[in-house]
Amino acid sequence: MVENRPLLTFLTHAVLILGVAFLCFPVWMALVASTHPGEALSRSPIPLWFGDQAVENYTQLLTGGVPATGGVPLSQMLWNSFVMAIGITVGKIAISLTTAYAIVYFRFPFRMVFFWLIFITLMLPVEVRILPTYDVVASLGMLNTYSGLIIPLVASATATFLFRQFFLTVPDELVEAARIDRAGPLRFFWDILLPLSRTNIAALFIILFIYGWNQYLWPLLITTDQDLYTIVMGIQRMANVGEEVPIWHYTMGTAILAMIPPVFVVLAMQRLFVKGLVESEK
Amino acid sequence: MQKRVVFRNWWLPYLLVAPQVAVTLVFFIWPAYQALESSLYIEDAFGFSRNFVGLENFEALWRDPSYLRSFRTTLVFGLSVTVLSMGMALALALAANRVIRAATTYRTFLIWPYAVAPALAGVLWFFMMNPSLGIVAYWLEAVFGYDWNHYVNGNQALIMVIIAAAWKQISYNFLFFLAGLQSIPKSLIEAAAIDGASPARRFWTVVFPLLSPTTFFLLVVNLVYAFFDTFAIIHATTSGGPADSTSILVYKVYNTGFVGQDYGSSAAQSVVLMVLVIAMTAIQFRFVERKVTY
Repeated sequence: MVENRPLLTFLTHAVLILGVAFLCFPVWMALVASTHPGEALSRSPIPLWFGDQAVENYTQLLTGGVPATGGVPLSQMLWNSFVMAIGITVGKIAISLTTAYAIVYFRFPFRMVFFWLIFITLMLPVEVRILPTYDVVASLGMLNTYSGLIIPLVASATATFLFRQFFLTVPDELVEAARIDRAGPLRFFWDILLPLSRTNIAALFIILFIYGWNQYLWPLLITTDQDLYTIVMGIQRMANVGEEVPIWHYTMGTAILAMIPPVFVVLAMQRLFVKGLVESEK
Repeated sequence: MQKRVVFRNWWLPYLLVAPQVAVTLVFFIWPAYQALESSLYIEDAFGFSRNFVGLENFEALWRDPSYLRSFRTTLVFGLSVTVLSMGMALALALAANRVIRAATTYRTFLIWPYAVAPALAGVLWFFMMNPSLGIVAYWLEAVFGYDWNHYVNGNQALIMVIIAAAWKQISYNFLFFLAGLQSIPKSLIEAAAIDGASPARRFWTVVFPLLSPTTFFLLVVNLVYAFFDTFAIIHATTSGGPADSTSILVYKVYNTGFVGQDYGSSAAQSVVLMVLVIAMTAIQFRFVERKVTY
């Protein structure tokens, strides 16, 4: 701080407190709503403090499900989301590491062609090629499967670039030393490069886990089997019920359950998260 | 671009790039090519035959008032989300950069919404603004006597999805602005202060210009976010309604193709969106190049 201005300090805290309130209030309301019986949420104004139905509501959600989603227990949806998020994350990191390794540490024909091919994926998000991608997945028989949820999303230009950038900073002497010790390329990759990349992998893991967990359009397209619904996509069946009134206490409970894992990851690994976010966007 | 010392092996590098290249070709390049191709054809209702029509699908889009309206909605939506979330994030970042007490606590409370899925952000605000029992709708009615019903009023529905989309994006912008602010040398600000510049003047003449690379980067990222990643917010809450008032371009592609089964038109819309992303990515990368030499 350059100078002491009490009024400005007061204003600073006021802005921050307002900002925090604005960001937290919707989740507060969702938390409160999820602890009330259905009747409490049928007339306005709705309560602003917790009710006594928390245990009942969440037990019902996790074990019994909600009619609007065909009665699939949310524990099943959470599991599906988890499998999908982990599959996407691990897949993206694994194939990006090997691609970046090949592009940086080998000289081979078509190297740059592959590089640009991967670069192009940045410009083709799912949203702009919805139907044809769906057709490809359908013709491969991957609709309603975990592999259909995961494999089409594992290509990652950002992760490849991040690792490539990092590998370029690794000193050449390490390769020379490894070669003098007669270590082959795979040995070098496994014993030297991977341990060096640990922090980068961890930071990227957080960002990609959130990305995978929050997927919406993709599961919406390729799952029609209720047992494969992910939770982020499943909530749409509860909220958007057309003419009917959504069952708010269950819908909000679902929202809370759906945001716990990614929010927990961000809060528990804050420093890595910030590193991953700032670096993967470069 | 490459190491001075490399390994020699004629088959291993191909094996290493194979998985990524295979996924890219099968799930990215091929579908994109398909979209390009089928945008030039009109398929009959049963999918038995198709006729080459050249650019007719694009001309039809150009003449379709609902598509042009969707273009306008997307622009209004994208710009509002960008300005709203970047404005609030900048104010918060300036404040967070200034406080000493409880700085980490504030930061923790400000960054977690990044992890909330857009669909969930939409559902949360959908609940808060529900005309019959949402708390915000209730307050608007009780305090201002304002009648809120986004089921009927298209503008209100658009405002709702704008707020939900901006809410989710504030954390992201906040982190980048904060990083940008922290990289501004303290000596510059102190020098301005010694010359008698007030905090407001220091902001406009020193901080804001130095922050412009961050601002420009975030501008592009936020527009891309608002144009493409917000499909979930719209789909989970308003379904593009009432009367198409929240039907942004991405939602329209989905609706034309999956619900309306009009392949040719959906493909043409996909191609328009592709051009849009390519343009925006190109702008973003040119900017990154500039930053490197800067």
